[in-house]
Amino acid sequence: MAAGLCPGRALLSRRGGALWALLGTARGRAAGPETHFGFQNVSEAERREKIYQVFENVAEKYDVMNDSMSLGIHRVWKDILVHKMNPSPGTLLVDVAGGTGDIAFRFLNYVRSVRERQLQQKLRHHQNLSWQEISKSYQEEKSNPLGDSQVVVCDINKEMLKAGKKRAQHLGYSEVVAVHAEKKHECFTIADANRSGLSWVLGNAEELPFDDDKFDVYTIAFGIRNVTRIDLALQEAYRVLKPGGRFLCLEFSHVSNPLLSRLYDLYSFQVIPVLGEVIAGDWKSYQYLVESIRRFPPQEELKAMIEDAGFLKVDYQNLNSGIVAIHSGFKL
Amino acid sequence: MLRGAAVRAALLRAVRGAPGRAGLGRAVPRAEEEEEEEEERQRGGRVPLYPGHIPTTPLQKALLAAGSACAALWDPYRHDMVAVLGETTGCLALPKLRDRMRNDPEGYRILQERPRIRLSTLDMARLGGLPDGTLGREYIRFLEDNKVSPDTRMPAKFVDDEELAYVIQRYREVHDLMHTLLGMPTNMLGEVVVKWFEAVQTGLPMCVLGAAFGPVRLNARKLQVLATELLPWAVRSGRNASCVLNVYYEQRWEQSVESLREEIGIFPPPAVCV
Repeated sequence: MAAGLCPGRALLSRRGGALWALLGTARGRAAGPETHFGFQNVSEAERREKIYQVFENVAEKYDVMNDSMSLGIHRVWKDILVHKMNPSPGTLLVDVAGGTGDIAFRFLNYVRSVRERQLQQKLRHHQNLSWQEISKSYQEEKSNPLGDSQVVVCDINKEMLKAGKKRAQHLGYSEVVAVHAEKKHECFTIADANRSGLSWVLGNAEELPFDDDKFDVYTIAFGIRNVTRIDLALQEAYRVLKPGGRFLCLEFSHVSNPLLSRLYDLYSFQVIPVLGEVIAGDWKSYQYLVESIRRFPPQEELKAMIEDAGFLKVDYQNLNSGIVAIHSGFKL
Repeated sequence: MLRGAAVRAALLRAVRGAPGRAGLGRAVPRAEEEEEEEEERQRGGRVPLYPGHIPTTPLQKALLAAGSACAALWDPYRHDMVAVLGETTGCLALPKLRDRMRNDPEGYRILQERPRIRLSTLDMARLGGLPDGTLGREYIRFLEDNKVSPDTRMPAKFVDDEELAYVIQRYREVHDLMHTLLGMPTNMLGEVVVKWFEAVQTGLPMCVLGAAFGPVRLNARKLQVLATELLPWAVRSGRNASCVLNVYYEQRWEQSVESLREEIGIFPPPAVCV
């Protein structure tokens, strides 16, 4: 059964860096230690390059493909992640490998509705307000609908960020369109970011371009699987989180139920590449996708890795019997 | 790493329910073997036979055929879907086509020499300089008028035999020459006519489907022209003509289109505006 067996090999070939360097002296280390790309064995540099190309190819059709492959269920998974996060207004979120902005948009919607409810509660509690005070609170609502919440979407791939920015404009999250129509480069200043609550940053999860102790929440949804050095990404996550900050990871994981596992494998390997070919004209990227899922560490192993990075109270929640899992940890 | 490995081993034992297995040392190599079998099975159990080959299981082929048919109907400009449909449904027709090529001296030579029609292999300047009415000149004219290039043909991906992959590739590359010989442009009506001709000639299910469903997107006037003039001519020519894949076009650029038509057995096209 692929579900149980893959990690055996993954264990040997996935761990890059020093450990593999010790074991890999017999293999010609042409461009860095060996790791995997789906079911192939490649060097680390090659893996990064290949994964970059995969996402360059799929960026345009990324959202369409997600909907067709998961039959729309990925939306529910992402909703559950944001509900689990339960952000309050004023939260600073970094969404790594956030590409097309799914988590960021949900976060913004959530804090907006929490903020509205907060303001309504405030109004209700102060029955004897003067008209001036009431109108001031409406102003507050209008000028600060997000309550100073901010989300930074960080992704290594330019095409994915481009697709995400386009989507943000299309959905109306980006309020800077009219103001910066003349600007050649889209550089979001802090002031702009505050208004829309949204910023887009090009960056590598293994080496984030942010200072230490900056964010309240760090999320990575369906992205950590594509990181070449997961341990480095986890260390970076620990670094950029404030003390008390929360790490949340939504990722495909391993199904332990044998019958479901068989059906899942059948669907993954027979149907998904076909969908990739028919919808996006790209079989190979989606073959890589399903193989990379099989190669990824299962729930317990990922939990151990998160604990190794220094997080405490690490736990995971299986969704759909383990097809997807949400791992959570705190920097305390 | 050690903690992870121990947890992994325990989980492996739990999943496979084999309490007798001793330690990590045995579990890992066995896992690797089984995993490689798993990969083999999931890859259609085969290795790629030619560059660009993607081995597929029968189920994948069936799904691809259905999916590509829907996609091609939805958006007729998805040439890649038409190509995939041809490859996944051609398992009966392609061997027959290949045998017809083998049994003909010129076709046999084509199978041996494997010529490709691409911008890199064609001498466009020389062909453009040939007199009007020759195959070469008319072909260049066709490419220019319709703004197409011979390099936009998808390479074969899902055919599980190297020679058959070449046969379908040749069929695709010869398609533009069919347009030239039949005198049909690349609009919807012209394509449907060529598809009918090819369906009769090759028997490929993709051609048959394209021929049957193509007219759905034509307006009434075009349908009338199709039904009364073009179709009967295309079908008659297709029946009368020898196998079009058995012609070594690259050696016949100087031949006039009319004489080539006569040689193959294609009747002169009707004088209608397509």
